[in-house]
Amino acid sequence: MLFKPISQNFNDFVIDRDKERCINCEVCVRQCSYEAHFWDDARQCVNHDNTKCVGCHRCEALCPTGCLTIKKNPADFRDNALWTPTYMKYLYKQGDTGGILLSGMGSPSAKPIYWDNLQLDASQVTNPSIDPLREPMELRTYLGSKPDKVEIEQTPDGPKLKTKIGPQIKLEYPMMFSAMSFGSINFNLHKAMAMAATELGIVYNTGEGGLHPTLYKYGANTIVQVASGRFGVHKDYLNAGAAIEIKVGQGAKPGIGGHLPGEKIDEEVSKTRMVPVGSDAISPAPHHDIYSIEDLLQLIYALKEATEYRVPVSVKIAAVHNAAAIASGIVRAGADIVVIDGFRGGTGAAPTMIRDNVGIPVELALAQVDNRLRDEGIRNWASLVVAGGTRCSADVIKAIALGADAVYIATAALVAVGCTLCGRCYTGKCPWGIATNEARLKKRQNPEIAAKRLTNLVKAWGHEIQEMLGGMGLNSIESLRGNRDKLRGIGLNEVELDILGVKHAGR
Amino acid sequence: MRRVYPNKDFCIGCHICELACLTAHSESKDLIIAVREEQASGLRPCKAVYEKGPVCVSLSCRHCENPSCVTACISGALYKDEETGRTMYDERQCVGCWSCLMACPFGAIRRNQAKGKIIKCDLCEGRDKPACVEACPNAALSYEDR
Ligand code: SF4
Ligand code: SF4
Ligand code: SF4
Ligand code: SF4
Repeated sequence: MLFKPISQNFNDFVIDRDKERCINCEVCVRQCSYEAHFWDDARQCVNHDNTKCVGCHRCEALCPTGCLTIKKNPADFRDNALWTPTYMKYLYKQGDTGGILLSGMGSPSAKPIYWDNLQLDASQVTNPSIDPLREPMELRTYLGSKPDKVEIEQTPDGPKLKTKIGPQIKLEYPMMFSAMSFGSINFNLHKAMAMAATELGIVYNTGEGGLHPTLYKYGANTIVQVASGRFGVHKDYLNAGAAIEIKVGQGAKPGIGGHLPGEKIDEEVSKTRMVPVGSDAISPAPHHDIYSIEDLLQLIYALKEATEYRVPVSVKIAAVHNAAAIASGIVRAGADIVVIDGFRGGTGAAPTMIRDNVGIPVELALAQVDNRLRDEGIRNWASLVVAGGTRCSADVIKAIALGADAVYIATAALVAVGCTLCGRCYTGKCPWGIATNEARLKKRQNPEIAAKRLTNLVKAWGHEIQEMLGGMGLNSIESLRGNRDKLRGIGLNEVELDILGVKHAGR
Repeated sequence: MRRVYPNKDFCIGCHICELACLTAHSESKDLIIAVREEQASGLRPCKAVYEKGPVCVSLSCRHCENPSCVTACISGALYKDEETGRTMYDERQCVGCWSCLMACPFGAIRRNQAKGKIIKCDLCEGRDKPACVEACPNAALSYEDR
C-alpha cells in the first residue's frame, strides 16, 4: 500500500467499519469486485484498502450487520475555486497514464437542469381537476408518422377510416427502455428489460449489440437498433422487432463512436454481435455510408424495404447546436420517429472531456425541434422521443408538455435494479452485475427480480403521471403533448424562456 | 412436499444464507451473538455454500423420500415426519455416532463438535419460510413444491 504511486493514494472514499459490530463474515470481501476488502491473515480479521474503493456501496448494502459506511474522503486539498479536486485528480491520473480520461455513466457536471426550472400548472375551480382513481386516464401512446388529414368513408356498417395509417408502435405508457447493448449490459438485464416491456405493453431497445436468439420471442416489444458498426444486423434481426432505430449519435458522447472492450466479448456476445470472442468491437463515429440526408434517406428506405414497410423506422441523434435543422432533414428523409438524446445520457464508457463538454441539454433541443417541425408543418410526419437523464415521472410529463411523444429511460432503470452511479462501467467489474459479462458478477442480476423492479418503476411513474394529468384537468396524455401553456419557467432568463417557448411563472 | 431448492445460476456466493440459518437456530436470535459466542460453542449453519470458479450453490438437507440417514441412524434420532414429509431430528436421542453423516449422499449433515451431536436442516420449523430463503438477496433459494 505504501509503495503505490503517490497520486493513487488520493483516494475518493474511505471505508468505515464498525469493529464493534463486524463479525468477520467476509460478505464484503466476496462482494467487492475491486478487492478493497480482504482477509488479513496477520491480524486474523477482515481489513480493507481505501485506495481501491470506487464508492459503489455494494459492500455496505450487503453487510449483514450493517456495520459498513462508505464515506467521502474527508482529507481535502486547499480550497481553490479554479483547481478543484476533480481537476487535480484528472491531472494526477494523466500524469500517471498519458491516456485519455474515461468515464462511465452520464455527465455529473453542474450544468442547469431545465426540468427543475419548469413548473406544471394545476386546475382550480374552473376546468376542475380529474380524479384518476375514478375517471379513465389515458396514457396510451402511438409512435409513428401520422397522416396530414384523415378521410372517413361511410359504409353500411358505419363510418370507416379510409386513410391508411403508417406503421406505429403502441405503448401503454409514454415510456420506453432506452438502447443499452448486449455486451455493455449483460444478458440477464436484456432479458429483464424484454420481460418488463412485454408485461408493461411498452418496448425496450437492443442498442447496437444485436438480439440474442432466445429473446426473439419478445420481438413485439423490441426496437432493434442499427448503428454504425452494424453489429448483429441481418434480415431476421431487422424483422424481429416492432421498430428499427438508426443510431446516428448518442447524448453521452456526441460525435464519438462506441468501443466494447474485448474482455466483455464472451461466447454469447460474440454470437449475437457477430464479432470474434475477445476482439474489441469498435463502432465508428460516422456511418461510413451516410454523409448527407440523402444517404440517410437511402438507409431508412433500405430498412423499410427489408421489413416490407411493416414497422416504423426511427433515427436517434445527440442533442447538438443545430438539432432542429437536422431533425427536419431526418423527418423529410422518411423517419417515422426522431429521438433526441441529451448530454446527460449514460454510457458504458466515454472520453470524460467529451462527456462533460459536448452537446446541449435535451430540454432546449426538444423545444427547438418541436418548434421547427411545427413551423414547417411536418410535426405530424414523425413522433418525437427524448432520452438522456430522465430522473422521475415529473421529468417525463414536462418533456411531453414541451413536445415529446414519449421518453426513453435508461439510467433510471439501471438505478432501479441497483446501479449506484459509481461510473466504473468501463472496467467490466460492475459490482451490481449490470455493466459486466463476468460470470461471477453478472449473476448478481436475477432477471426475474430485475424485471419486477423495472415493471414496478414504470407502473409507479404511470400512476404519478395520471395524478399530475388529473391535477391539470386533462384525462389523456395526448392532450398534454406540446401543450406548453401547462408549463412555466422559474428563474430562467428571457433567452432561455424564448428557446423553451414557455412563459415565466406569474405570467 | 415443499423443499428449499437452490439455483446455481443466481447464487452469488455471498454466504448470507448460512448466516441467516445460524441466527435462526441460535438461542439469542441475534446474528452478532450467534456468530461470536454461540458459534464458538459449536453452533453451525445447516447450509453450506460450495463454490468452484464462478459457480456457487447452497446446499442443505433434501428431505429425501427414502432418506439414507434415517436408515443409518442407530438411535432413532432421525425419523421421517409422516405428516409433513420432513426428515426430522431429535437431538436428545442422538449419540453422535456420525452414521447419518456418512450415509447422506449430499453431505448435508454437519457436526456440532461441542455437543458431539449432529446439526441438520429442519426447514425452520415454526416459520412460514425458511430463514435462508428469506435472507437470500438474489432469490437463489426457493421454497416450493416441485
Ligand atoms: S460484511 Fe460486514 S460484518 Fe461481514 S466482514 Fe464485512 S464488514 Fe464485517
Ligand atoms: S468498491 Fe464498492 S464494494 Fe468495494 S469497498 Fe468500495 S463501496 Fe465497498
Ligand atoms: S452500471 Fe455498474 S459500474 Fe456502471 S455506474 Fe452503475 S453500478 Fe457502477
Ligand atoms: S444467500 Fe443466496 S446468493 Fe447468497 S450464498 Fe446463499 S443461496 Fe447463494
